[in-house]
Amino acid sequence: MSSTKYILGIFDDPDDLMHGIDNLQKNSVPIYDVYTPMPIHGIDAKLGIKDSRLGYAAFMFGCMGGTTIFTLVYYFLVHDWPMDIGGKNFFAIPDFIPVTFEWTVLYASYGMAFTFFFATHLFPGRAPRVMDLRATNDKFVIAIDAKGNIPHEDINTILKEAGASEVKHNDRKYVSYE
Amino acid sequence: MNTHNSLDEQFVFTGKAKTWSLVGIVVGLITIAGGFLFGYGERTFANLLLCGYYFACVCTAGVFFCALQYVAQAGWSASLLRVPQAFAKVLPIAAAILFIIIFAGLNLTHHTEVGEGKEAVAPYLYKLWHLNGVTVKGSENYDPVLAGKAGFLNMPFFLFRIFLFLGAYATFGYLLTKYSNTEDELGGLFYYKKSFTISAAFLVIFGFTQPVFSFDVVMSLEAHWFSTMFGWYNFAAMWVSTLSIITLTIILLRKSGYMQWITQDHLHNLGQLMFGFSIFWTYVWFAQFLLIYYANIPEESVYFLRRWEPEFKPWFWLTIILNFMAPLLIIMSRDSKRATSVLKATCIILIVGHWLDYFIMIMPGTIGAHGEWWSQITPIEIGVALGFAGLFSYLMLNALSKFKSLIPKKHPFLQESLHHHI
Repeated sequence: MSSTKYILGIFDDPDDLMHGIDNLQKNSVPIYDVYTPMPIHGIDAKLGIKDSRLGYAAFMFGCMGGTTIFTLVYYFLVHDWPMDIGGKNFFAIPDFIPVTFEWTVLYASYGMAFTFFFATHLFPGRAPRVMDLRATNDKFVIAIDAKGNIPHEDINTILKEAGASEVKHNDRKYVSYE
Repeated sequence: MNTHNSLDEQFVFTGKAKTWSLVGIVVGLITIAGGFLFGYGERTFANLLLCGYYFACVCTAGVFFCALQYVAQAGWSASLLRVPQAFAKVLPIAAAILFIIIFAGLNLTHHTEVGEGKEAVAPYLYKLWHLNGVTVKGSENYDPVLAGKAGFLNMPFFLFRIFLFLGAYATFGYLLTKYSNTEDELGGLFYYKKSFTISAAFLVIFGFTQPVFSFDVVMSLEAHWFSTMFGWYNFAAMWVSTLSIITLTIILLRKSGYMQWITQDHLHNLGQLMFGFSIFWTYVWFAQFLLIYYANIPEESVYFLRRWEPEFKPWFWLTIILNFMAPLLIIMSRDSKRATSVLKATCIILIVGHWLDYFIMIMPGTIGAHGEWWSQITPIEIGVALGFAGLFSYLMLNALSKFKSLIPKKHPFLQESLHHHI
């Protein structure tokens, strides 16, 4: 049993990468993930990636922001310390709308950003875990879980035939740059 | 995806679409005739103004749509540009109709109520500032506020402005359509660049004149009152309603077998625009409302007071429900923007919603409140609206059938649009 944990097919060209994905799928080799330095058209559908649910998170955060500030303003200006402002009702809803709107936007945007960081394991100050650093620069990488996907030589051949410039057998999942 | 589209496909205007358009026109004509015969002249005129303005705005915003795509160098929309171009082609007729309505409304007079319990012989439209003697000191109709505005609000200058604005918009629409047709024959980038230049010029002119246009046609009905937000508010209304009409037209054309190159992705984009600009409409609407509410100065709040009458209040709230709550809740999610039937229903809601929006802008200042809240919308409103809907669809589809192909086949971004994917 080899100590290889992940097999990385490294491509120079996105079209070859797509070709590689096709070939692997044709041979029923499950793909762990694909890393590219730029978005590639149609790759989500090909890999069967579900639509992002980030929008729903943003919606929930927006609702949360809106209700939070509306409750707070209600508490301040109606319940705790009612003030006569221009002879208006204490509970003058139109006056509450701008701040409700702002907090909705604020919570939705910050909430969405933090959800994204959380979901992708990105936090400020933390070195990102990557399988191959060149996938953030000029290479296109297909990662295959080596465990159970044998023989490895066949996968090598499939990747090479599709146009991979290099095939790496990594003993560790992530190369650490910390 | 079908990638073998015929780029020479032509629209043939026959069958049900033609029949129903003509039925609409006939209904409209009967309603207008009936309205005048049975003594509802002022209501009929107010409705003509409403629908004439809506009609002209939709066609103008068709030119705006084309210009915006050229200036932004947008690729996604290249394959659906024929639809807004058809709107632009109808603009000269729409402009002429609105001009005739305004001209007749200013010059034909009748005996009516002007102000609180005062009766006089007044024009059908713009009776506040165009009333005889309103600027003459000593006359019983003298009004110092309107006399002060007479330098701007007088008939010759007023008509000149309307003529100038609509004429300019129609000319730009004509040029953009013509360049696109010539581009189809000759190809190359020359006409694209030319379209870009005049689109930029159009947007500058439109941006400065459109607020004045809406001040004139709608805001001057209540000439004592003014709001600097009004132009933007009208722009948002015209833009959202036009986007809805463009989307609805495309959905219906697709359903009857045309424009098969338009995919869910194009409709998704149009849905995003409808959603986004509905929020923008609400933003502008609220910006106008909040300042007036907060300051509570009588000469400003009178506008909302009139719409707060029990007869108009339900309709006033209904505009917010139709134009804000409905698009917000219905087409916020990605899936609903990509479901054609949902998008179609939203288009219809927004088209009706913005008719009601214009209704709330125009009616309280022209005919005022009569009877119960539900009797504010009479058969005249419905008949005239149907008439203009029929007229618009007839003229627009007729213009669309005159194009040699339903796609600008030599548009430089055409391939991008045919392969549009989001």
